[in-house]
Amino acid sequence: MSDGAGIELRDVRVRYAKGVRDAVAGVSLAIEAGSFVALLGPSGCGKTTLLRTINRLVPVDEGSIFLNGENIANLDAVNMRRTIGYAIQAVGLFAHMSVAGNVAVVPKLLGWPSAEIDARVDEMLALVRLDPPRYRERRPRELSGGEAQRVGVARALAGRPHALLMDEPFGALDAIVRRELQRELLEIVRVLGTTTIFVTHDIDEALILADRIAIMREGSIEQQGSPIDILAHPATPFVRDLFSADIEVTELRERARRASA
Amino acid sequence: MNYILDHPGGVARLALAHVEIVVLALATALAIALPLGIVAAKRARQAPIILGTLAAIYTIPSLALLAVLVSLFGLGEIPLFVALVAYAQFMLVRNVVAGLKGVDPAQSDAARGIGMSEVQTLLRVELPLAMPVIIGGIRIAAVAMIALATLGGYIGAGGLGTLIFTGLALHHDDQIVAGSIAASLLAITVDGAIRLAQRRLFPAN
Repeated sequence: MSDGAGIELRDVRVRYAKGVRDAVAGVSLAIEAGSFVALLGPSGCGKTTLLRTINRLVPVDEGSIFLNGENIANLDAVNMRRTIGYAIQAVGLFAHMSVAGNVAVVPKLLGWPSAEIDARVDEMLALVRLDPPRYRERRPRELSGGEAQRVGVARALAGRPHALLMDEPFGALDAIVRRELQRELLEIVRVLGTTTIFVTHDIDEALILADRIAIMREGSIEQQGSPIDILAHPATPFVRDLFSADIEVTELRERARRASA
Repeated sequence: MNYILDHPGGVARLALAHVEIVVLALATALAIALPLGIVAAKRARQAPIILGTLAAIYTIPSLALLAVLVSLFGLGEIPLFVALVAYAQFMLVRNVVAGLKGVDPAQSDAARGIGMSEVQTLLRVELPLAMPVIIGGIRIAAVAMIALATLGGYIGAGGLGTLIFTGLALHHDDQIVAGSIAASLLAITVDGAIRLAQRRLFPAN
Protein backbone atom coordinates (compact mmCIF):
# COMPACT_ATOMS: atom_id res chain seq x y z
CA MET A 1 0.00 0.00 0.00
CA SER A 2 1.37 3.37 -0.92
CA ASP A 3 -0.28 6.76 -1.15
CA GLY A 4 3.05 8.49 -1.52
CA ALA A 5 3.62 10.97 -4.30
CA GLY A 6 5.98 10.52 -7.20
CA ILE A 7 8.36 13.44 -7.57
CA GLU A 8 10.37 14.40 -10.60
CA LEU A 9 13.04 17.05 -10.88
CA ARG A 10 14.00 18.18 -14.39
CA ASP A 11 17.15 20.24 -14.92
CA VAL A 12 16.61 22.16 -11.71
CA ARG A 13 18.93 25.12 -11.35
CA VAL A 14 19.24 27.57 -8.46
CA ARG A 15 21.54 30.55 -8.84
CA TYR A 16 22.93 32.59 -6.02
CA ALA A 17 24.86 35.75 -6.78
CA LYS A 18 26.57 36.45 -10.08
CA GLY A 19 30.09 35.08 -10.31
CA VAL A 20 29.44 32.43 -7.71
CA ARG A 21 28.77 28.89 -8.91
CA ASP A 22 25.13 27.82 -8.99
CA ALA A 23 23.87 26.36 -5.73
CA VAL A 24 22.07 23.71 -7.75
CA ALA A 25 23.52 23.32 -11.22
CA GLY A 26 20.97 21.47 -13.32
CA VAL A 27 19.76 18.44 -11.38
CA SER A 28 17.42 15.78 -12.75
CA LEU A 29 16.08 13.15 -10.42
CA ALA A 30 13.09 10.83 -10.61
CA ILE A 31 11.72 9.74 -7.26
CA GLU A 32 9.30 6.84 -7.27
CA ALA A 33 6.16 7.02 -5.18
CA GLY A 34 6.75 5.49 -1.76
CA SER A 35 10.51 5.29 -2.09
CA PHE A 36 13.16 6.58 0.30
CA VAL A 37 15.83 8.73 -1.35
CA ALA A 38 18.91 10.08 0.39
CA LEU A 39 20.64 13.20 -0.89
CA LEU A 40 24.19 12.61 0.27
CA GLY A 41 27.16 14.93 0.06
CA PRO A 42 29.57 17.23 1.89
CA SER A 43 28.41 20.55 3.31
CA GLY A 44 27.93 23.19 0.65
CA CYS A 45 27.16 20.66 -2.10
CA GLY A 46 23.63 22.02 -2.59
CA LYS A 47 21.68 19.13 -1.06
CA THR A 48 19.71 21.31 1.36
CA THR A 49 18.98 23.90 -1.32
CA LEU A 50 17.77 21.14 -3.65
CA LEU A 51 15.50 19.73 -0.93
CA ARG A 52 14.02 23.17 -0.29
CA THR A 53 13.14 23.65 -3.96
CA ILE A 54 10.72 20.73 -3.66
CA ASN A 55 8.42 22.56 -1.22
CA ARG A 56 9.26 25.89 -2.85
CA LEU A 57 11.05 27.37 0.16
CA VAL A 58 13.75 28.07 -2.42
CA PRO A 59 12.55 29.28 -5.83
CA VAL A 60 13.89 27.53 -8.90
CA ASP A 61 15.65 29.68 -11.53
CA GLU A 62 15.50 27.09 -14.30
CA GLY A 63 13.93 23.68 -14.79
CA SER A 64 10.80 22.28 -13.21
CA ILE A 65 9.60 19.99 -10.46
CA PHE A 66 6.61 17.68 -10.75
CA LEU A 67 4.60 16.37 -7.83
CA ASN A 68 2.41 13.47 -8.97
CA GLY A 69 2.82 14.70 -12.52
CA GLU A 70 1.80 18.26 -11.72
CA ASN A 71 4.24 21.13 -12.12
CA ILE A 72 4.58 22.62 -8.62
CA ALA A 73 5.03 26.07 -10.14
CA ASN A 74 1.31 25.93 -10.96
CA LEU A 75 0.27 24.98 -7.42
CA ASP A 76 -0.37 27.34 -4.52
CA ALA A 77 2.87 27.09 -2.52
CA VAL A 78 1.25 27.33 0.93
CA ASN A 79 -1.46 24.74 0.23
CA MET A 80 1.08 22.45 -1.40
CA ARG A 81 3.36 22.58 1.65
CA ARG A 82 0.49 21.32 3.81
CA THR A 83 0.60 18.08 1.81
CA ILE A 84 4.38 17.69 2.19
CA GLY A 85 5.91 16.94 5.58
CA TYR A 86 8.97 18.94 6.60
CA ALA A 87 11.46 18.12 9.37
CA ILE A 88 14.81 19.82 9.97
CA GLN A 89 17.88 19.29 12.13
CA ALA A 90 17.09 22.23 14.41
CA VAL A 91 13.55 20.75 14.76
CA GLY A 92 11.99 24.20 15.21
CA LEU A 93 9.22 23.12 17.57
CA PHE A 94 7.10 26.16 18.40
CA ALA A 95 8.25 27.10 21.89
CA HIS A 96 4.98 28.77 22.91
CA MET A 97 2.87 25.71 22.12
CA SER A 98 2.54 22.35 23.85
CA VAL A 99 3.68 19.14 22.18
CA ALA A 100 0.07 18.45 21.21
CA GLY A 101 -0.27 21.98 19.84
CA ASN A 102 2.79 21.48 17.67
CA VAL A 103 1.59 18.16 16.27
CA ALA A 104 -1.87 19.64 15.60
CA VAL A 105 -0.64 22.59 13.50
CA VAL A 106 -1.02 21.10 10.03
CA PRO A 107 -4.35 19.29 10.68
CA LYS A 108 -5.65 22.64 11.99
CA LEU A 109 -4.39 24.45 8.90
CA LEU A 110 -6.16 21.79 6.84
CA GLY A 111 -9.37 22.51 8.74
CA TRP A 112 -9.95 19.08 10.28
CA PRO A 113 -12.70 18.83 12.92
CA SER A 114 -11.26 19.16 16.42
CA ALA A 115 -12.21 15.66 17.61
CA GLU A 116 -10.34 14.21 14.67
CA ILE A 117 -7.32 16.41 15.37
CA ASP A 118 -7.27 15.24 18.99
CA ALA A 119 -7.32 11.60 17.97
CA ARG A 120 -4.65 12.25 15.34
CA VAL A 121 -2.32 13.87 17.87
CA ASP A 122 -2.51 10.78 20.11
CA GLU A 123 -2.05 8.50 17.13
CA MET A 124 1.03 10.40 15.94
CA LEU A 125 2.62 10.55 19.40
CA ALA A 126 2.12 6.81 19.79
CA LEU A 127 3.63 6.30 16.34
CA VAL A 128 6.84 8.05 17.37
CA ARG A 129 6.77 6.16 20.70
CA LEU A 130 5.92 9.02 23.01
CA ASP A 131 3.21 8.08 25.52
CA PRO A 132 0.41 10.56 24.65
CA PRO A 133 -0.91 11.26 28.18
CA ARG A 134 2.64 11.91 29.40
CA TYR A 135 3.76 14.11 26.52
CA ARG A 136 0.71 15.96 25.17
CA GLU A 137 0.91 18.96 27.47
CA ARG A 138 4.70 19.21 27.73
CA ARG A 139 6.50 22.25 26.40
CA PRO A 140 9.29 21.85 23.83
CA ARG A 141 11.89 23.08 26.33
CA GLU A 142 11.03 20.16 28.60
CA LEU A 143 12.04 17.59 25.97
CA SER A 144 15.38 15.89 25.32
CA GLY A 145 16.91 16.25 21.85
CA GLY A 146 15.64 12.82 20.80
CA GLU A 147 12.14 13.46 22.15
CA ALA A 148 12.00 16.85 20.41
CA GLN A 149 12.89 15.28 17.04
CA ARG A 150 10.27 12.56 17.60
CA VAL A 151 7.73 15.35 18.01
CA GLY A 152 9.21 17.01 14.93
CA VAL A 153 8.58 13.85 12.92
CA ALA A 154 5.07 13.52 14.38
CA ARG A 155 4.33 17.12 13.39
CA ALA A 156 5.67 16.53 9.88
CA LEU A 157 3.45 13.47 9.37
CA ALA A 158 0.28 14.58 11.19
CA GLY A 159 -1.43 16.02 8.10
CA ARG A 160 -1.12 12.72 6.17
CA PRO A 161 1.40 14.12 3.70
CA HIS A 162 2.17 12.34 0.44
CA ALA A 163 5.83 13.18 0.76
CA LEU A 164 8.22 13.90 3.58
CA LEU A 165 11.25 16.19 3.28
CA MET A 166 13.90 15.79 5.96
CA ASP A 167 17.03 17.90 6.32
CA GLU A 168 19.55 16.05 8.52
CA PRO A 169 16.82 15.47 11.09
CA PHE A 170 19.01 13.29 13.31
CA GLY A 171 22.27 15.18 12.78
CA ALA A 172 22.33 16.73 16.24
CA LEU A 173 21.56 13.54 18.16
CA ASP A 174 24.01 11.16 19.79
CA ALA A 175 24.79 7.92 17.97
CA ILE A 176 22.56 5.64 20.04
CA VAL A 177 19.44 7.81 19.80
CA ARG A 178 20.17 8.43 16.13
CA ARG A 179 20.22 4.69 15.33
CA GLU A 180 16.98 4.19 17.23
CA LEU A 181 15.24 7.01 15.40
CA GLN A 182 16.56 5.88 12.02
CA ARG A 183 15.11 2.42 12.55
CA GLU A 184 11.77 3.79 13.70
CA LEU A 185 11.55 6.30 10.86
CA LEU A 186 12.14 3.56 8.33
CA GLU A 187 9.37 1.49 9.85
CA ILE A 188 6.97 4.43 9.94
CA VAL A 189 7.41 5.59 6.36
CA ARG A 190 7.30 1.98 5.10
CA VAL A 191 3.96 1.45 6.82
CA LEU A 192 2.56 4.80 5.68
CA GLY A 193 4.01 4.55 2.17
CA THR A 194 5.23 8.14 2.36
CA THR A 195 7.75 9.17 -0.29
CA THR A 196 10.73 10.39 1.71
CA ILE A 197 13.62 12.60 0.66
CA PHE A 198 16.32 12.73 3.26
CA VAL A 199 19.34 15.05 3.27
CA THR A 200 22.42 13.79 5.08
CA HIS A 201 26.19 13.92 5.02
CA ASP A 202 26.38 10.68 7.03
CA ILE A 203 27.18 7.79 4.67
CA ASP A 204 26.07 5.08 7.11
CA GLU A 205 22.77 6.84 7.54
CA ALA A 206 22.20 6.99 3.79
CA LEU A 207 23.12 3.30 3.41
CA ILE A 208 20.83 2.19 6.23
CA LEU A 209 17.80 4.22 5.24
CA ALA A 210 17.65 4.77 1.52
CA ASP A 211 16.33 2.72 -1.40
CA ARG A 212 18.22 5.10 -3.62
CA ILE A 213 21.08 7.45 -2.95
CA ALA A 214 21.91 10.57 -4.94
CA ILE A 215 25.44 11.75 -4.27
CA MET A 216 25.88 15.47 -4.75
CA ARG A 217 28.97 17.56 -5.29
CA GLU A 218 29.19 21.26 -6.12
CA GLY A 219 25.55 21.55 -7.08
CA SER A 220 25.34 18.49 -9.32
CA ILE A 221 24.48 14.86 -8.81
CA GLU A 222 27.69 12.87 -9.10
CA GLN A 223 26.02 9.46 -9.07
CA GLN A 224 22.64 8.00 -8.25
CA GLY A 225 21.55 4.45 -7.68
CA SER A 226 20.75 1.85 -5.06
CA PRO A 227 23.18 1.66 -2.10
CA ILE A 228 24.53 -1.66 -3.38
CA ASP A 229 25.04 -0.28 -6.89
CA ILE A 230 26.99 2.68 -5.63
CA LEU A 231 29.10 0.63 -3.24
CA ALA A 232 29.89 -1.91 -5.95
CA HIS A 233 30.40 0.53 -8.82
CA PRO A 234 31.42 3.99 -7.70
CA ALA A 235 31.16 6.08 -10.87
CA THR A 236 33.80 8.70 -10.09
CA PRO A 237 36.90 9.09 -7.91
CA PHE A 238 34.88 11.47 -5.70
CA VAL A 239 32.32 8.79 -4.92
CA ARG A 240 35.03 6.18 -4.37
CA ASP A 241 36.87 8.45 -1.94
CA LEU A 242 33.65 9.32 -0.15
CA PHE A 243 33.00 5.68 0.65
CA SER A 244 36.61 4.62 1.12
CA ALA A 245 37.02 7.16 3.91
CA ASP A 246 34.23 5.32 5.63
CA ILE A 247 35.71 1.93 4.84
CA GLU A 248 38.97 3.02 6.45
CA VAL A 249 37.08 3.66 9.67
CA THR A 250 35.43 0.26 9.42
CA GLU A 251 38.81 -1.39 8.92
CA LEU A 252 40.24 0.49 11.85
CA ARG A 253 37.33 -0.64 13.97
CA GLU A 254 37.89 -4.24 12.89
CA ARG A 255 41.56 -4.04 13.72
CA ALA A 256 40.84 -2.55 17.13
CA ARG A 257 38.34 -5.29 17.86
CA ARG A 258 40.86 -7.96 16.92
CA ALA A 259 43.59 -6.33 18.97
CA SER A 260 41.45 -6.12 22.09
CA ALA A 261 40.19 -9.70 21.72
CA MET B 1 2.78 63.45 51.93
CA ASN B 2 0.40 65.40 54.17
CA TYR B 3 -1.11 66.97 51.09
CA ILE B 4 -2.11 63.56 49.70
CA LEU B 5 -3.65 62.55 53.05
CA ASP B 6 -5.51 65.87 53.31
CA HIS B 7 -6.80 65.84 49.73
CA PRO B 8 -7.20 62.17 48.81
CA GLY B 9 -10.14 62.80 46.46
CA GLY B 10 -8.43 65.58 44.53
CA VAL B 11 -5.17 63.67 44.12
CA ALA B 12 -7.06 60.55 43.05
CA ARG B 13 -8.98 62.53 40.42
CA LEU B 14 -5.73 63.95 39.01
CA ALA B 15 -4.09 60.52 39.08
CA LEU B 16 -7.06 59.07 37.20
CA ALA B 17 -6.84 61.79 34.53
CA HIS B 18 -3.10 61.11 34.35
CA VAL B 19 -3.64 57.38 33.81
CA GLU B 20 -6.39 58.03 31.30
CA ILE B 21 -4.28 60.08 28.91
CA VAL B 22 -1.27 57.76 29.28
CA VAL B 23 -3.35 54.64 28.58
CA LEU B 24 -5.03 56.26 25.60
CA ALA B 25 -1.69 57.46 24.22
CA LEU B 26 -0.07 54.07 24.87
CA ALA B 27 -2.84 52.21 23.03
CA THR B 28 -2.59 54.61 20.09
CA ALA B 29 1.21 54.41 20.09
CA LEU B 30 1.09 50.61 20.08
CA ALA B 31 -1.35 50.55 17.17
CA ILE B 32 1.20 52.56 15.18
CA ALA B 33 4.36 50.89 16.51
CA LEU B 34 3.37 47.27 15.84
CA PRO B 35 2.99 47.59 12.06
CA LEU B 36 5.99 49.96 11.90
CA GLY B 37 8.10 47.50 13.87
CA ILE B 38 7.00 44.57 11.70
CA VAL B 39 7.98 46.46 8.54
CA ALA B 40 11.31 47.50 10.08
CA ALA B 41 12.04 43.91 11.12
CA LYS B 42 11.12 42.37 7.76
CA ARG B 43 12.53 44.90 5.33
CA ALA B 44 16.20 45.63 5.69
CA ARG B 45 15.99 48.68 3.42
CA GLN B 46 13.26 50.49 5.33
CA ALA B 47 14.58 49.63 8.79
CA PRO B 48 17.25 52.35 9.14
CA ILE B 49 14.85 55.02 7.83
CA ILE B 50 12.13 54.09 10.31
CA LEU B 51 14.40 53.64 13.32
CA GLY B 52 16.48 56.71 12.44
CA THR B 53 13.43 58.96 12.19
CA LEU B 54 11.99 57.68 15.46
CA ALA B 55 15.33 58.05 17.23
CA ALA B 56 15.54 61.64 16.00
CA ILE B 57 12.08 62.41 17.43
CA TYR B 58 13.11 60.73 20.66
CA THR B 59 16.11 63.02 21.08
CA ILE B 60 14.09 66.25 20.82
CA PRO B 61 13.90 67.78 24.33
CA SER B 62 10.39 67.12 25.60
CA LEU B 63 9.75 70.73 26.61
CA ALA B 64 10.77 71.96 23.14
CA LEU B 65 8.51 69.40 21.45
CA LEU B 66 5.60 70.39 23.68
CA ALA B 67 6.18 74.08 22.88
CA VAL B 68 5.98 73.35 19.15
CA LEU B 69 2.88 71.20 19.60
CA VAL B 70 1.16 73.87 21.71
CA SER B 71 1.79 76.40 18.97
CA LEU B 72 0.17 73.96 16.55
CA PHE B 73 -2.75 72.62 18.61
CA GLY B 74 -3.15 75.18 21.39
CA LEU B 75 -3.14 74.41 25.11
CA GLY B 76 -4.80 71.32 26.57
CA GLU B 77 -4.69 67.57 26.25
CA ILE B 78 -4.09 67.24 22.51
CA PRO B 79 -0.45 68.46 22.35
CA LEU B 80 0.41 66.26 25.34
CA PHE B 81 -1.28 63.27 23.74
CA VAL B 82 0.63 63.79 20.49
CA ALA B 83 3.93 64.20 22.34
CA LEU B 84 3.35 61.00 24.32
CA VAL B 85 2.53 58.99 21.20
CA ALA B 86 5.57 60.38 19.37
CA TYR B 87 8.02 59.71 22.19
CA ALA B 88 6.77 56.18 22.77
CA GLN B 89 7.33 55.18 19.14
CA PHE B 90 11.08 54.74 19.42
CA MET B 91 10.91 52.60 22.58
CA LEU B 92 8.07 50.46 21.25
CA VAL B 93 9.28 49.99 17.67
CA ARG B 94 12.82 49.20 18.78
CA ASN B 95 11.53 46.39 20.97
CA VAL B 96 9.16 45.03 18.31
CA VAL B 97 12.14 44.83 15.94
CA ALA B 98 14.41 43.27 18.59
CA GLY B 99 11.70 40.77 19.51
CA LEU B 100 11.04 39.68 15.93
CA LYS B 101 14.73 39.50 15.03
CA GLY B 102 15.34 37.39 18.10
CA VAL B 103 12.90 34.68 16.99
CA ASP B 104 14.65 31.34 16.46
CA PRO B 105 15.00 31.10 12.64
CA ALA B 106 14.35 27.34 12.81
CA GLN B 107 10.85 28.01 14.15
CA SER B 108 10.06 30.49 11.37
CA ASP B 109 11.46 28.07 8.77
CA ALA B 110 9.44 25.18 10.21
CA ALA B 111 6.29 27.31 10.21
CA ARG B 112 6.65 28.15 6.51
CA GLY B 113 7.84 24.67 5.63
CA ILE B 114 4.78 22.93 7.07
CA GLY B 115 2.40 25.28 5.33
CA MET B 116 1.78 28.50 7.21
CA SER B 117 1.36 31.60 5.03
CA GLU B 118 3.52 34.65 5.73
CA VAL B 119 0.72 36.23 7.77
CA GLN B 120 0.08 33.02 9.72
CA THR B 121 3.81 32.64 10.42
CA LEU B 122 3.86 36.18 11.78
CA LEU B 123 0.66 35.98 13.85
CA ARG B 124 0.88 32.41 15.13
CA VAL B 125 4.61 31.95 15.60
CA GLU B 126 6.79 35.05 15.33
CA LEU B 127 4.72 37.62 17.25
CA PRO B 128 3.87 35.25 20.13
CA LEU B 129 7.56 34.35 20.45
CA ALA B 130 8.54 38.04 20.32
CA MET B 131 5.91 39.01 22.89
CA PRO B 132 8.11 39.05 26.02
CA VAL B 133 10.47 41.56 24.37
CA ILE B 134 7.58 43.62 22.99
CA ILE B 135 5.97 43.75 26.43
CA GLY B 136 9.33 44.82 27.83
CA GLY B 137 9.12 47.80 25.48
CA ILE B 138 5.57 48.55 26.61
CA ARG B 139 6.73 48.64 30.24
CA ILE B 140 9.57 51.04 29.48
CA ALA B 141 7.28 53.23 27.38
CA ALA B 142 4.52 53.27 30.03
CA VAL B 143 6.89 54.38 32.78
CA ALA B 144 8.48 57.05 30.56
CA MET B 145 5.04 58.29 29.48
CA ILE B 146 3.81 58.63 33.05
CA ALA B 147 6.85 60.79 33.85
CA LEU B 148 6.49 62.82 30.66
CA ALA B 149 2.77 63.35 31.22
CA THR B 150 3.52 65.42 34.35
CA LEU B 151 4.49 68.20 31.89
CA GLY B 152 0.78 68.25 31.07
CA GLY B 153 0.36 70.32 34.22
CA TYR B 154 2.25 73.13 32.48
CA ILE B 155 0.08 73.25 29.35
CA GLY B 156 -3.32 72.76 30.91
CA ALA B 157 -3.67 69.06 30.11
CA GLY B 158 -4.44 68.12 33.72
CA GLY B 159 -3.00 65.12 35.52
CA LEU B 160 -0.63 64.95 38.46
CA GLY B 161 1.64 67.59 36.91
CA THR B 162 -1.04 70.12 37.83
CA LEU B 163 -0.02 69.68 41.49
CA ILE B 164 3.65 70.15 40.69
CA PHE B 165 3.22 73.30 38.61
CA THR B 166 0.63 74.83 40.96
CA GLY B 167 3.01 74.11 43.82
CA LEU B 168 5.86 75.77 41.91
CA ALA B 169 3.79 78.85 41.15
CA LEU B 170 2.43 79.23 44.69
CA HIS B 171 5.58 78.06 46.51
CA HIS B 172 3.62 75.19 48.06
CA ASP B 173 6.37 72.62 48.47
CA ASP B 174 4.03 69.96 49.82
CA GLN B 175 2.00 70.07 46.59
CA ILE B 176 5.17 69.60 44.51
CA VAL B 177 6.18 66.65 46.66
CA ALA B 178 2.67 65.20 46.57
CA GLY B 179 2.52 65.38 42.76
CA SER B 180 5.97 63.81 42.39
CA ILE B 181 5.33 60.99 44.83
CA ALA B 182 1.94 60.22 43.32
CA ALA B 183 3.44 60.12 39.79
CA SER B 184 6.24 57.81 40.95
CA LEU B 185 3.82 55.48 42.72
CA LEU B 186 1.70 55.43 39.60
CA ALA B 187 4.69 54.47 37.44
CA ILE B 188 5.70 51.66 39.81
CA THR B 189 2.12 50.37 39.98
CA VAL B 190 1.61 50.38 36.21
CA ASP B 191 4.98 48.69 35.62
CA GLY B 192 4.08 45.98 38.13
CA ALA B 193 0.62 45.53 36.65
CA ILE B 194 2.00 45.00 33.14
CA ARG B 195 4.57 42.54 34.44
CA LEU B 196 1.84 40.63 36.27
CA ALA B 197 -0.35 40.58 33.17
CA GLN B 198 2.57 39.28 31.14
CA ARG B 199 3.11 36.38 33.57
CA ARG B 200 -0.57 35.52 33.39
CA LEU B 201 -0.83 35.69 29.60
CA PHE B 202 2.51 34.17 28.60
CA PRO B 203 3.60 31.90 31.42
CA ALA B 204 5.65 29.65 29.12
CA ASN B 205 8.07 32.06 27.58
